Amino acid sequence: MSHELTQRVISVMAASQHLPPDTITIDSTFQELNIDSLDGINILFALENEFDINIPDEGAKEIRTVRDMVEGVRRLVEAKATAADSTPAKV
Amino acid sequence: MQRRVAVTGLGVISALGVTVDQFWEALSHGRSGIGPIQSVALNALRFSNGAEALGFDSGSYFDAKEASFLDRFAQYGVVAARHAIADAGITFENGRGENTAVITGSCLGGKATEDEGYRQLYRDNNTRFNPLTIPRAMSNAAASRISLEFGITGPGYTVSTACSSSNHALGQAFWLVRNGSVDAAITGGSEALFTPGLLRAWEAMRVVSPDTCRPFSKNRRGLILGDGGAMMVLESLDEARARGARIYGEICGFGMSSDAFHLTQPSAEGAGRAMRAALKDAGVAPESIGYINAHGTGTTANDSTETAAIRSVFGAHADNLLVSSTKSMHGHTLGAAGAIEAAATLLALHNGIVPPTANFEEADPECDLDIVPNVARAAEVECAMSNSFAFGGLNAVVIFRRV
Repeated sequence: MSHELTQRVISVMAASQHLPPDTITIDSTFQELNIDSLDGINILFALENEFDINIPDEGAKEIRTVRDMVEGVRRLVEAKATAADSTPAKV
Repeated sequence: MQRRVAVTGLGVISALGVTVDQFWEALSHGRSGIGPIQSVALNALRFSNGAEALGFDSGSYFDAKEASFLDRFAQYGVVAARHAIADAGITFENGRGENTAVITGSCLGGKATEDEGYRQLYRDNNTRFNPLTIPRAMSNAAASRISLEFGITGPGYTVSTACSSSNHALGQAFWLVRNGSVDAAITGGSEALFTPGLLRAWEAMRVVSPDTCRPFSKNRRGLILGDGGAMMVLESLDEARARGARIYGEICGFGMSSDAFHLTQPSAEGAGRAMRAALKDAGVAPESIGYINAHGTGTTANDSTETAAIRSVFGAHADNLLVSSTKSMHGHTLGAAGAIEAAATLLALHNGIVPPTANFEEADPECDLDIVPNVARAAEVECAMSNSFAFGGLNAVVIFRRV
């Protein structure tokens, strides 16, 4: 799990929740951070904008920790990169 | 002295049709009106199904000039009111108009009208707005037109409390007739929400189901948006009997509460308080209630919370209740929900048949009530309750009695 990606996810979460970034670690749970369902959809919205990805509803409902969130974003960012690589160049 | 209040006319426009007969035919057969959204190009939206009032042809009810004054939401309300008034056989001559109220509910007002204006402004840089934008978009547009069309000159207003709007409207109208402030009322609600901007806003809330609406089912995945409107005619029961009117039932209780808890999460305590308040207002014991038309949105949070609230209010009697969510068939019509579900509840009392919760697949231990899965049930019920709980935590519950 790249450190850079983790830090980007944490900084987006911190900005979205108006929390100091150093209060959030990879091991923080949403419960510890006092993030409820409405906060959760705000964070997903901010992450979708930051990484230009679409986070599906179903997987998103299971996310309970920062680690889950980073892992989910990593998979979507990688999938996007793969899809871009396999797209034929325009002629 | 308090008067008893009868419902003598109904009109319903929904995904299930444009007449009360079509509405009841679908409900009593558990037939859902949910299908692929047709009126809006979806463009990679996370959901693709809705419960649109596709049978509503504006041109059948309004000439081109009339239609230009009315957003679709207002047209639904006005046509539902025309049907209800004709159904009741009531007129507003000889002073009746002065003593009649028009009280409607709408969460959104004319959102499609606004959305179109903003599209032209922001995308096309067209700064000339349709001059009818303001009167088309006002949330009271249906109430105003009903009053104007029928010469009803008593109290008129519109309540906006998100998904509780039309139950709040019904309750206000009921109290005005009950306490003698007016002799009759036209009340209900309407909503038209299939417009690109609003569908995007709902998508971002992540509460709309990607397939269908399965209230109380363990595999439920969210609500399905619907549009339409319902209106009813309320009169004093004595006057309705005196003129030989057909009576669908009586509104006998109304209760409200506020959760003071969370912007969007439901509260069993708040919902329970509204149900208790309605029972107290009706002066009936919980055991008199045989059927509850649930708020039953099909979201994970609502259905289990509503079950807990019903259990807390009704205790052991909860196991005797029939509880169904007709949103499984007409969708969640937001500010029209209370009115459409009131019509469903009254027709259930009147016909002795409880409509089912359609699309049910899998029992959920957290929703362990008799939710009348998929097939309507014959049941002679004395009293029935209809629940509406809103985002923002404002709850409104109405109780009806068979007459």
